[in-house]
This record gives sequence, structure tokens and C-alpha cells, in this order.
Amino acid sequence: MKHRTFFWFFLPTGLAMLLFIAMPIVSVVTQSLFTPHEAVLVTVETCTPFSCAQETTIDQEATAALREQSPMGRFVGFDIYTDRGHLAFSEVAQAWHSSDSFGEFLKQLNNLPFYRAMGFTIVFVFVVTPLVIVMGLLIALAVNTVNARLKGIVIFFSLLPFVITPLIGALVLFWMIDSRGIIGTALQWMAGDPSLSLKASTGLMWISLMIYGVWHAAPFAFVIFYAGLQTLPMDQIEAAQIDGASRLQRLRYVIIPHLMPLVTFVALIQLMDNFRVFEPIVGFNASAHATSLSWAIFNDLGGETRQLSSAAATSVITILGVALLLSPVLVRTWRDYKGKV
Amino acid sequence: MFLKKFAIAGAMAALMSTSALACEISARVSIVGNEFPAIQSVGAGAQACTGAEVKTNLTADHQKINLPGMQGNPAEYTSAIIANSSIVALMNEDVIRPLDDLVAKHGQGLKKNQLITIDGKIMAVAFMANAQHLVYRADVLEKIGVQPPKTYEDMLAAAKMIREQGIMENPVGGAYAAGWNLAEEFVNMYLGMGGSHFKPGSAEPNINTEAGIKTLEMMKALSDYMNPDFLTHDSNATNAEFRAGNVALMNMWGSRAATLVSADGVAQEVVDGFAIDGPMTVGGGSIPASTLWWDGWTVAKNISDEEAEATFIAMMNGISPAMMANEEIRTQAVWLIDGYQPTDAAKGVFAAAGMNTIPYPMLPYMGLMHTALGNELVDFMKGDESAEQALKDAEAAYIAAAKEKGFL
Amino acid sequence: MSSRANKMPIALRIVASLFVVTWVLMAAFPFVWTFWGSFKVELDFFSIADWTNALTGPRTQETYGSAFTGAGYHGAWVEEEFMRNVINTFIVCFFVVCTSLTFGTLGGYALSRSGYQYTFWLLIAALIFRAMPPITLVAGYMLPFFEWNLWGILPTTIIVLVAINQPFTLWMLHSFFQNIPKELDESAKVDGCTQFQAFRHVIIPVMWPGVITTGLFSFLLAYNDFAVTSMLLSEGNRTMVPQIAAFLGTTYTEGNIMFAVAAVVSATAPLFVLVMVFQRQIVSGLTAGAVKG
Repeated sequence: MKHRTFFWFFLPTGLAMLLFIAMPIVSVVTQSLFTPHEAVLVTVETCTPFSCAQETTIDQEATAALREQSPMGRFVGFDIYTDRGHLAFSEVAQAWHSSDSFGEFLKQLNNLPFYRAMGFTIVFVFVVTPLVIVMGLLIALAVNTVNARLKGIVIFFSLLPFVITPLIGALVLFWMIDSRGIIGTALQWMAGDPSLSLKASTGLMWISLMIYGVWHAAPFAFVIFYAGLQTLPMDQIEAAQIDGASRLQRLRYVIIPHLMPLVTFVALIQLMDNFRVFEPIVGFNASAHATSLSWAIFNDLGGETRQLSSAAATSVITILGVALLLSPVLVRTWRDYKGKV
Repeated sequence: MFLKKFAIAGAMAALMSTSALACEISARVSIVGNEFPAIQSVGAGAQACTGAEVKTNLTADHQKINLPGMQGNPAEYTSAIIANSSIVALMNEDVIRPLDDLVAKHGQGLKKNQLITIDGKIMAVAFMANAQHLVYRADVLEKIGVQPPKTYEDMLAAAKMIREQGIMENPVGGAYAAGWNLAEEFVNMYLGMGGSHFKPGSAEPNINTEAGIKTLEMMKALSDYMNPDFLTHDSNATNAEFRAGNVALMNMWGSRAATLVSADGVAQEVVDGFAIDGPMTVGGGSIPASTLWWDGWTVAKNISDEEAEATFIAMMNGISPAMMANEEIRTQAVWLIDGYQPTDAAKGVFAAAGMNTIPYPMLPYMGLMHTALGNELVDFMKGDESAEQALKDAEAAYIAAAKEKGFL
Repeated sequence: MSSRANKMPIALRIVASLFVVTWVLMAAFPFVWTFWGSFKVELDFFSIADWTNALTGPRTQETYGSAFTGAGYHGAWVEEEFMRNVINTFIVCFFVVCTSLTFGTLGGYALSRSGYQYTFWLLIAALIFRAMPPITLVAGYMLPFFEWNLWGILPTTIIVLVAINQPFTLWMLHSFFQNIPKELDESAKVDGCTQFQAFRHVIIPVMWPGVITTGLFSFLLAYNDFAVTSMLLSEGNRTMVPQIAAFLGTTYTEGNIMFAVAAVVSATAPLFVLVMVFQRQIVSGLTAGAVKG
């Protein structure tokens, strides 16, 4: 295709992405390098319906003058990235020097918001992604054996957790796992411990979040693998059968290699989505036990005083994190691409 | 909320009944604010004005949109309804205008204490007050033979008796959800302990103190009598516990008192036993462990004088004393409006004001402190770290945020 | 497939069937439970006093004289006029799906037919764009949108959702078009068609399976979005999901959980219909190669 033709075909989508994604990314990166000006504080008398008192406020005229001089704010370079709320270089160094054992160091690291969020995010990504793929594959293989008349209804129910609005799905499950909800009560009964509460323990909360993650995303993997199974090369399977390959061997040497590109695709999407895990944390009210990078951004933007630079820095770190996470897949895609051309 | 419809209908009826309230405006008015029924009534009152369009956008997300909506020139919103915690964000960015000239011209109905004055300039007009105070089950306290607690220490003692006598397993309720709610409880308790969040006249944090440790210890002691899921319970969940009859003692928002037991399906014993009282003190202090709140409206800076004047007139109509004649509106809040006759549900808030409860600090950097507390105290409440460490972490988190915003 | 299934050993069959049954229960139970609970009062739904309350509904009985009540639905649909939110949602979804597919098919087709290296980098850039947390993007939009008076209205939200959705759409359609033999449009071009004519007359007639599947994903994204719609729409223009969140209430004020539960059930119903009608297309569209990349 000629460059010119390509340009016209690509223009609408390119323009949309340029305006609404690329430009905001540029502004986010800029934002993360600048902070608001030093506030000029003055103490004045403040009166409320209840009383008058001396309180500190911002001297607007002096601050306006500062803003006039440099409207972008103060340039701070990578200071935001290295402060306690993010990579926390000095705190990490201090923790390294002051702790006697590696376990102690990890404990101190876990006390820093960024590393705590990373801790949960990484565990979530690397537990949920493989489980989603395995679950999806098992469901697809199992559904494939179901009687043709029942297939429709089974597929229908299987897809539900995926199509449901994530926030709503999380809420529904959150209501059910309450210590007096049906699942919570069932667990108490099974464990024989009436004081068991999923929401009160960090470990159980993590497990609940991950179960939600798998429950929500497995149907996505399922439907894609199921579609893949419909295009299985029957001649190869029959050939393998004639060669005396067992069911398991056929799965291992014919079916899985056939589905491999789909596994890559699902892994790619899942790695990215799980790295940005957010809705279940809000839906489960789980921030006491688990936080993620997206939650940190939400928290920075949601306070009475919005911390835009901090949120911007976390966003940039998120993009870099995703890029890093996907790099093996991307390198593979690049090789495939080179091979094809 | 179903109250919303009543509120609007009520406001309309109130306005119809008073012919003196001709409200004519000549420029656009656009209001952003929270969405609870009292504010819906104010919005409906403002919309009763004729002559130009009055738009309202009342939503729980108002804090996220009011600032960007007022920073443009001309500003999208000509008025923002805010509370003492959220006016700070607007003042920090200098997007609201002083109201002295407009108050002189159109503000005859206002009482002196409705005017929020900063450095001699009127920046907002308050119309309702709120505070957290004691809500309890009179029947349960009678059963164990104690008076309603006046201090948190009494509350602990009563909770112990209720549990030991097997009446309730977790008799204390508290909105201790990680984040905003938990921080709010700390702020209450810390002020009650005589603490001050900042070193005088500066933005330096001052919470890693003896009062801070005692505050956390008290919160921890209370949480032992709460549902084990307390870190996920916001005020909605806490109220639900009370309604289900699982909780006998709690520190709850005054704005919730009126509707607490009127929800569907609340058991008769809970309805009958429901009672409220003023806020409690703690640690032998005389100032209650609570904070006073007000809600009020502001006028944007980046708009024309005509729009500012129209906005002021419309908002004045939204808080007109005539509304107090309407029973439905009267019970929606503890109004600061002239002519308001307090309902029974307002008793707690009035008691709080009478006991010299400290207003929630209106400091430019208080929001950052609140956020830091909400995130960093969790580890202590879970029992994973010491009070000193939690306070140290909260200070460190606050310092990082305050440096970024240029306060330190 | 059936020939293989017939030969399955009985034990494996039982295991597979049990597995499917367990999975279907896991997938469907929360919905059944919520649907059942939506006809109760809040205290029964949460069964804070005793878990069996959610089944039998004693509090509902006490209040309404029957174990079931439509009060939540009445509240959401009549008092709160949930219909407005439903209409807004469908307007948003319709335009998002149409625009996103138009942009996406053109772009995806171009990417699949151009052999130059920049196509690869464009695809990678799209992937990185998808990594951006939407919540940050939205925070960046607020100020300019207010400045230009674009905030709060449906068209702004639609175009933002289209943009956020483009990377995924492009990837899906790109791999789908790659599986349509190039010879088809090449031969049309030899016959004297321009590239666009070749696209119109040769490709469009055969692209529907992939486009429908991609469209369903776009629909789901628009239908389920919370981050964008909650921040960019004014109260009057709210779609269903932010409205449900608003029913839940805030610190200061009482939410009405049962309105939210009823609205959740109502909002899920169209998705049921959608899956029921389109499940064959989803599978066949995916089979036709939309995800072979």
C-alpha cells in the first residue's frame, strides 16, 4: 500500500489516538517533572459559624506573582519519582543499611506505599494471568465435549462474569463474601471458625481479590480458546490418533501448539489489564490490605487536595512497567513480523 | 434518593406559599455541589429564580470537577457548594471571589455567623452545620444499667459490659474504613486529646506526639469491640450494623440521625431504643473528640459581575428563611438559616457546638494530612506495626506530599 | 469434534461434565443470588442479622407483608427515573460502536495491507497507549474540556471512549484482515479499482464476522465504563454505571443500596440478551481469525 493511501486510511484512528491518548501522555510526562510553586503562607483571622481563630492561608497576591513568572510551576526533574510516595530512593537506601536481614529489609520496603502497591500488583499479575489461561483452556476443552444442544446455554452462562461491569461484579462478590454473606457464612461453616472473616485478614483479602480476578477474566480466555478449538486441524489429530498417540499426547503435541498464538494474545491482554488492577480494590473496599499503582493514582486525584504531579509520575511508572512486562512478548512479535515480511 | 423528589416538591411548595420571594436574575447561574437532600433543596430553591437559566450539577464527585470547572475563564460553574474541608482547594487555587460587596447589597437576610470570613473578607455563605456525635441504644444501656457515655472511656466500659453479658458480640460501631473515614476518626480523637496537627504557624506535621499515640491506642481499644471487618466499614455500613441491631454505641454524623431508623425493615426494638446525645470527650480533656463542619456556597472569580450578582441572588433564594416553613426541608439538616427550629435529630449537633467542639481545620495543607493519615494508619489498626511507626509513616507521607505542593 | 467426543472414556466424560457444571454454577450463581436479593429490603439482602434472612426475607415480610417487594425497582425506575440513564447508555454505546468500528476497520485494514516497518511500530504504540490507566487520561482532559465548554455532554464522552478503545479494536481487526487473503483486493486493483474501491467492494462484504465480534467488545467497553463516564458526564447526562455508583451514597449522606441492587439487575439484563443473541457470532468471529495475531 502506498504511503499516501495508508495515511488516509489511518487518519481517523490515528487522529483520535493522537488527540486523546498521545497528547495527554505528553502532558502527563511534563506534569510529572513540574510541581506547583512554593506557597506563600500568611496567618489571618478566620471566622466560621462556630468561632473565629487565627489560621494559616495562602497569600494569593504573592502566589499569583510567582505563577505569573513561570506558569508551568517549579521544574523539579525526577524529584517526584524519587520521593517517598514513589521510588523512595533515600528511604530504600536507609532501609538497606539499617536492616540486619533481607526479611527485615523487605518488611521495611513493604512499609513504603509504592513498593507495597508493587508487591500486590506483581503477585496479582503472576498468579492471576496463568490461572486465567489454564482455567480458560480447561473450560474450553470441557465445553467442547458438551452435548451440542446444551452448548449454547453453557457458553451463555460462561460468558457472564466477563460481560458484567467490573465494578458491579466486584460489588456483587463483595456483598457475598461478607462474614454474614452466603459465601462468608459457608466458609465459616467449612472452617469451623465462626469468627473467620475474609475482609479482616490481609492474606484472605488477597486471595479473594485474585479469585475475583480469575472469575472475571477466565471467560475471556475461554471464548478465545474455544474459538481456536473450532479450527483444529482434524487431519493432524487423526494422524496422531493413528500413530497411537494418547489423549494427553494429542493435547500436548497438537492442540496446545495450535492454540499457542491465542495463548500469547490472551497473555498480552491479561498482563496489561492485571497490571492496572483497580476496580476490585475499590469494589472490595480493600485498600487496607491491598493497593495497586492505579489505586495510588486514584488516591492522589481523589483527596481534598489533588496531587497532580504525584499521580502523573505514578502513571508514567505504570506505562514503563507495562512496557517492561510486555517486552518479551513484543520481542517475539517483532521476530514474527520480521519473519513474515 | 427518594428524598430528592420530596425536597424539590417541598422547596417549590415553600416558594409558592411566600409571595414576597420574587427572584429575578439577569445572567446565567451554574451550581456544582454534593448531592445529598439538603443540597438538593438549596439547588431547587436557586432554580426557582426566573429571568435566566439556573443549571445545577449535584453529584458525589463534585470535588473532582469543581476546581477544573472554575479555573477556566469564564468559569463553567458560577457557584460551588462546599464544606470547610473542600473550600480550601478552591482558595488554594484562587478561583472564588470575596462576597463583601454582594452581601452588603443583597445579603440582608443573613446572620452574622453564616458568613465565612477569611482575613476580613467574606469568602462563603454557610447554610448548614454537621458534626459526629454519640448514637446509642437506650434499651441496651438500660439493661446493663449505665448512663449514656460522656467519654470514650465510659464507652469502652459500657461496651465491655454489653459483650460480657452476652447482649451483643461487637457493640461498638465506627466508620473506620481505610482512607478518608479512618483519618476523620483520627482527626476527631486527636483534637479531643488536645493535639494539634501542625506546629503553630507552619505546615510542619506534629502528630508523632504523646497525644497521637494515645489517640491510636484509644482507636485500637475501640476497634476490639467492633465488627472484625471494621477497616472496610464506611458510615453506610456502620449504619446498617446499627439498623440490624448489632451495634449499641457509635459515633455518627448528625446529618444521618434523622433517617437512621426510618429505613425499610428496621426492627421495632432498634426504632424504640434509638437515641442520640452530644459528642464524647476523651483522655480527660474538656473539648469533645469530634469536629464541627459547615456547608456553604461560594461564587466563582472568573465570571462577569452580572453573573456573580445573579448567582448571589439565586443562591440567597436557595437558602431563604421561607424554606424553614417546610417540614420536609427542615428535617433534612441542621440549618444555619434564620427561622430554623431545631428538630430532635439536631440535638447532637447543637450539643457539639455548645461544647466548643473544634471546627475541622481549614488549612491549605489539611487535605494532604488527611490523605496521609487515611493510608498510613491502617497498618497499626491491623496490628502490623507500632503506633510510633504508623505516626512516623504518616508524617513522612505527608511531608512528601506537602513538598510536592510547595508547602514545605 | 463429535467423532472424538463419542470415543471419550466414561470417566473423563464424568470429570469433564462435573467441571462444566461447577464452572457454570460459579459463573451464574452470583447473578441468581443478586436477582433474588433485589426483591428484598436492604437488611435482608445483606442478611446482617442471620444469613438465611437473604433467602426467606423476614424483614421484607414485616415491612411489605410479603417476602418479595419491588420497592427497589420502583425506587430506581420511577422515583429516580433510571430510564434516562438507560437511554444515555444506549446513545453512548451506539455511537461508540459505530465510530470505533469505522475508524478501526479503516485503520486495521491499512495496517494489514501495508508492508512498511512503521506499521509494526504503530501497532506497538497502540499497545503502549492501551497501557495508560484511563483514570490519568481523564484527569488530563478535565481542564481543557471545561475551558472549551465540552465537559459534561455525551459527544465528548463518546469520542473519548472511541479513542481509548482504538488500540484494542485496531489489534483485533488488524489480525482479522491479515487472515483475509491479500489476493482478493490485489486482483480487484489489477482490474482497475483504487485501494478504497477494492476495500469497499471486495473486503467489506467479507469482513462482517470479525467486525461484529470486535463491535461487541467495543460495546462492552462503552457499556461498562466507569472511569470516563463518571468524570466526564454531568449529573443529567449520566449513564447507568455512574448512576449506580451514585445510588450507593457517600460519607455524608445515605445511599439507597436497594435502588443500586435493582439498578444492577436492570443494567445486567441487556447484557444477558446481548450474549444470548450474539454468542454464536462471537465464537464464529473469533474463529474467523480475529485473534490469530
